Amino acid sequence: MQNNNSVWQFFSSVRLALFTLSLIAITSIIGTVIPQNEAGEFYVQNFGPITARFFGVLDIPDMYRSWWFLALLFLLAFNLVICSIDRFPSVWKQIKTDGLAYSEERLAKMANSHSWQHNCSAADTADLLEEKLLNKGWKLSSRPHDDARLVFSQKGNWTRVGVYVVHTSILVIFLGAIIGSLAGFKGSVLIPETKQRDRIFLYGSAEAKELGFGVRCNSFGIEFYPNGMPKEYTSSLTIVENGKDILTRKIEVNDPLSYHGITFYQSSYEAYQDFIITVKVPASGKQQVFVVPFQQQKSWEDEGLKFGIINAKAIGQSIVSAKLWFSDGSAAPQLEWIEDGAQLTVETERGKYLVSAKQMYATGLQVAHDPGVWWVYIGCGLMLFGLYVAFFMSHRRLWLYISPAGTGSQVLFAGSANKNRPGFERQFGELKEMLCSE
Amino acid sequence: MDSSQLLGITTFTYLFASFLYIGVLLFKAGKLGVAATAFTVIALLIQTAGLALRWIESYRMGIGHAPLTNMYESVLFFSWTIIIFYLVIEWKFKTRTIGAFAVPLAFLATAYASFAPIDKGITPLVPALQSNWLLAHVITCFVGYAAFAIAAALGIMYLAKKRFGGRDKTGSTSEVLPDLKILDDIIYKSLIFGFIWLSAGIITGAVWANSAWGTYWSWDPKETWSLITWFVYAFALHSRYTRGIKNETIAWLSILGFLSVVFTYYGVNFLLAGLHSYGSG
Repeated sequence: MQNNNSVWQFFSSVRLALFTLSLIAITSIIGTVIPQNEAGEFYVQNFGPITARFFGVLDIPDMYRSWWFLALLFLLAFNLVICSIDRFPSVWKQIKTDGLAYSEERLAKMANSHSWQHNCSAADTADLLEEKLLNKGWKLSSRPHDDARLVFSQKGNWTRVGVYVVHTSILVIFLGAIIGSLAGFKGSVLIPETKQRDRIFLYGSAEAKELGFGVRCNSFGIEFYPNGMPKEYTSSLTIVENGKDILTRKIEVNDPLSYHGITFYQSSYEAYQDFIITVKVPASGKQQVFVVPFQQQKSWEDEGLKFGIINAKAIGQSIVSAKLWFSDGSAAPQLEWIEDGAQLTVETERGKYLVSAKQMYATGLQVAHDPGVWWVYIGCGLMLFGLYVAFFMSHRRLWLYISPAGTGSQVLFAGSANKNRPGFERQFGELKEMLCSE
Repeated sequence: MDSSQLLGITTFTYLFASFLYIGVLLFKAGKLGVAATAFTVIALLIQTAGLALRWIESYRMGIGHAPLTNMYESVLFFSWTIIIFYLVIEWKFKTRTIGAFAVPLAFLATAYASFAPIDKGITPLVPALQSNWLLAHVITCFVGYAAFAIAAALGIMYLAKKRFGGRDKTGSTSEVLPDLKILDDIIYKSLIFGFIWLSAGIITGAVWANSAWGTYWSWDPKETWSLITWFVYAFALHSRYTRGIKNETIAWLSILGFLSVVFTYYGVNFLLAGLHSYGSG
């Protein structure tokens, strides 16, 4: 579209793209230097009240979502759309160009052109050369030009759209981001072991959101390397819907759980001073789980059992082992150190019990619902594909003009490529050798 | 022999190769060129063995993972990719003068790894790093960085040639440098190559972040700086299509872009706080 309107020219110009790109790059630095999304107090304390108010006006504390930064991104997108609409028709024309409409003079002037004589008649020569090109994978079309014949072949004419694929991919990524911010949500929830939660807390507001189902944390565990570094954080989660357990799965960092488009990510934990004590009576097969605060006694009335944790060893906040106090009333209470999470067999005159104790944790989950993410991924894939096509694939064209000359024929071989001309020159040279040889 | 010894030998071999390449450039001693290439290839092989051995050592320790997880390992990998990229260019464009700019870069990187006070131990992976995306993300980023490093070296060559090329009467050095047109061509090709890999690096990082945290983009300083770098190179690539912007500008942009790469890779870890703090140890 050739449009002389100056507004149109402004929004379709590469200069505007360069301007917007540099402005986005430069302003982006601000948010990497000034901490983002802190409380208002923070900015007053660190930058003084006047600067802090100035920051407030320009949304600096949340600059990547500020009106002016979004406006810059919009300007970039708008520029992309207009410039693509502006240039695409002429690119489309080049893709659709009739290679057979070229004249002999025009071919002879091309950077890659070569002519030679052949002994056979023009028709025989044309057949011979056409077959040679066909064997090399060049599909041909031809047309008589008076008593001569023009043969045309091309590869990769579609690659001319590569750069527009890249531009489109950026718009698709923006679209995905917009869908995500309008239709998605992000939040977090802290679920103590054995407890269930039906709602989460959204980021950026204190708002609670009903999930429509429940999530129970069955257990949470931390594994350590011998050097004390954390090796894995694991939560066992159960999805509960209408009072029924739907599915139970373990999640780890980098291995989330998804249900109904809502994904739960292992992100943090909290250690409590409470213990989870599981008591099993093998004789009756009964088992029960108790949450027992540190140094408090708990009883299981039905079985006549009393127990508690009276001492514990910890590394940081994590309990390594605990001293269990256990009594079924038949004799003196049992006292035993057990490792966190390990099971102990207690035998008394009345019977045998399996007791395990572990520190109680709450698992911290990041919760996200983002229906735009697949658009973003499609955009990313398109971008890589488009970049490859735009930079590394070219539109290559070959022509043969075969005219009668005396008893034999005259051959003019020409070629052109829109990119990687040195590479094409080499290919053209090889084809020329192949065609010239008898 | 352990991996750190091999990697130490690599440092000195790159130093020696650097001197040879600089000799080729300064004294037009073309015959040294074969030796320079030979020593670079030898250093690359020793380094490859060193990195492989370090990988094996991590498995012997029972915490097997690719040697790409802290500053020491990533700097070594960076120099490794620079040398491979450089050798491909030397072979494709049949010129050794670029070596005087590129091989010293690889030497500086390995020397930094060997002598700077950074942790050289093989440490186990924290939970956030235990992902198959780690390899894809680190490799794509560093292939891009290596291409940009070479582009910056070429940019310096371009500006040097432009400045001294015309009026250098004594004349030797800048004559040896490739033609401005050829330099410009290789700069452009390095930039587009690096740009694809940087894009892939940012994308793999985003996919990984989404699978670990549920957010593919959180404007954390490392992410933002990688995007700033991407914009600088997008600017450089588009500037070719604007009249009035000279090739010299692209040479400057290849240098500016690389400074942004260095800041993204190195500066952010030490100067700015963020989620992406694994590389600072």
